[in-house]
Amino acid sequence: MVVIESTSVQPLINAIEKADSPERLIGAVRALAMARSEAGIPVLIKVLGYNNPGAAVVAVNGLVQMGAVAVQPLLVLLDDYNYGARAWAIRALVMIADPRALDVLLSAAMTDFAPSVRRAATKGLGMLQWQLLPEAQVTAAQFRVLEVLLAIAQDSDWSIRYAAVVGLQALATGSMRPEWLSQISATFQQMAETESDLAVQARVYRAIG
Amino acid sequence: MPILPEANLVPVFHHSVRSMLESSPGQPSNMPPVESSEGGSLTVEQAIANLTHPDLSLRYYAAWWLGKFRVSEPAAIDALIVALEDESDRTELGGYPLRRNAARALGKLSDRRAVSGLVRCLACEDFYVREAAAQSLGTLGDPICIPDLLWLLQDGVEAARPVSGRPHLAQPCEALVEALGLLAPGTEWQPEAIARIQPFLSHPVDRLQYATTRAMYQLTHETVYGDRLIQALAASDINLRRVALSDLGAIGYLPAADAIASSAAENSFKLFSLKGLLERQVREATPLSEAAIKVMDLMDSLL
Repeated sequence: MVVIESTSVQPLINAIEKADSPERLIGAVRALAMARSEAGIPVLIKVLGYNNPGAAVVAVNGLVQMGAVAVQPLLVLLDDYNYGARAWAIRALVMIADPRALDVLLSAAMTDFAPSVRRAATKGLGMLQWQLLPEAQVTAAQFRVLEVLLAIAQDSDWSIRYAAVVGLQALATGSMRPEWLSQISATFQQMAETESDLAVQARVYRAIG
Repeated sequence: MPILPEANLVPVFHHSVRSMLESSPGQPSNMPPVESSEGGSLTVEQAIANLTHPDLSLRYYAAWWLGKFRVSEPAAIDALIVALEDESDRTELGGYPLRRNAARALGKLSDRRAVSGLVRCLACEDFYVREAAAQSLGTLGDPICIPDLLWLLQDGVEAARPVSGRPHLAQPCEALVEALGLLAPGTEWQPEAIARIQPFLSHPVDRLQYATTRAMYQLTHETVYGDRLIQALAASDINLRRVALSDLGAIGYLPAADAIASSAAENSFKLFSLKGLLERQVREATPLSEAAIKVMDLMDSLL
């Protein structure tokens, strides 16, 4: 990755702060994202809290393109107050799929008060790149994820159950213990029979294949 | 831009999204009850009893609570129907707050015994009672009230003229149009419903235009109306984009799938809108049709 000196992105950062319309903001965020500068990471994370979905999408994509180097700042700067910002940050972490986010994703999926945050984290738990963990830790980490996703699959909110199905399906595509795969499959079979929400039920059928 | 509480950002049912986006005066937000003024959260029995409590604010809260928690037992329905005729709770402007909340609650409780009481509310002098009644009659799904809904629109453009000094039109046109879109298709009233609402397609209030466009789609299934709602996703006001998203979800308009996913709104609104598309596909085709899978892919990407 080309690292650009922080001084050279300062005008791009200034442009974001000076943007006086949603369109200009999106354009300025895009310019900073394309610069792929480490110095721009905290600014892109700040944009996630601007309550501008268009700018947030651009910032998330920029952060995801930076990859591993954005993980630590995303974890440290996670916004405890603004759930909108938190949901976007979690989505960025999910797309980067670095298992350093495991604890944050587990806690967000289980206990965040905002459904949008829970959905994003729940989906992402199944998509972590397990090979980035030391081999000795993979089984224990997968087991924690499995337990949490199986519990979340019983949530009262259809959108959380939908996310749990997506997460479990993704988890099952990785290599894991055969008994866990059959546990996931049994959960899907049971949901296919008992699920009352049409959309969730359709998603279960799809996961069963 | 203010940050809205999550509860306001997450539509629960498509048919209620429009009313949730609206800031109804005096309506408690869609948050879990914290505590009643008696110092504890309510039980079903207390809430029903509170509908006739001497403290008017407790009545008002109890009516909201019964709807919010979908308490559909007969005693609750009976008490709420009685509250539709309440005379004690009045605002300075002559409004009937308890009637409004009772009418809203009954729309959530799926008991058609409420229909005749709600039809009587359509004649109430309080605009917000008429509006709540029209919305609830739409969701209760009993076509018997259609002539009464049409009657409120008999003045045509007059019904949709602004009332000076008030933030609303003469009649709750948006709610009426929405209810007719839900109830009138396939009934003997369909042609009259189309004739009555069609003029609102060019009404200066965007939300009424959208509601009418959505109802016209429900009444005619002509793609021109679905396509018009797709265009509305490009509105410059995010609240209008949210309304268009909920309208597209309510009609399950499949050609809108990509436009919904890429519209400039929060993921939760797009997800709930696409859910409407998916459900229509599942109902009308199979759970795993090509179109359904495409919609699920988009939904997955918005989680």
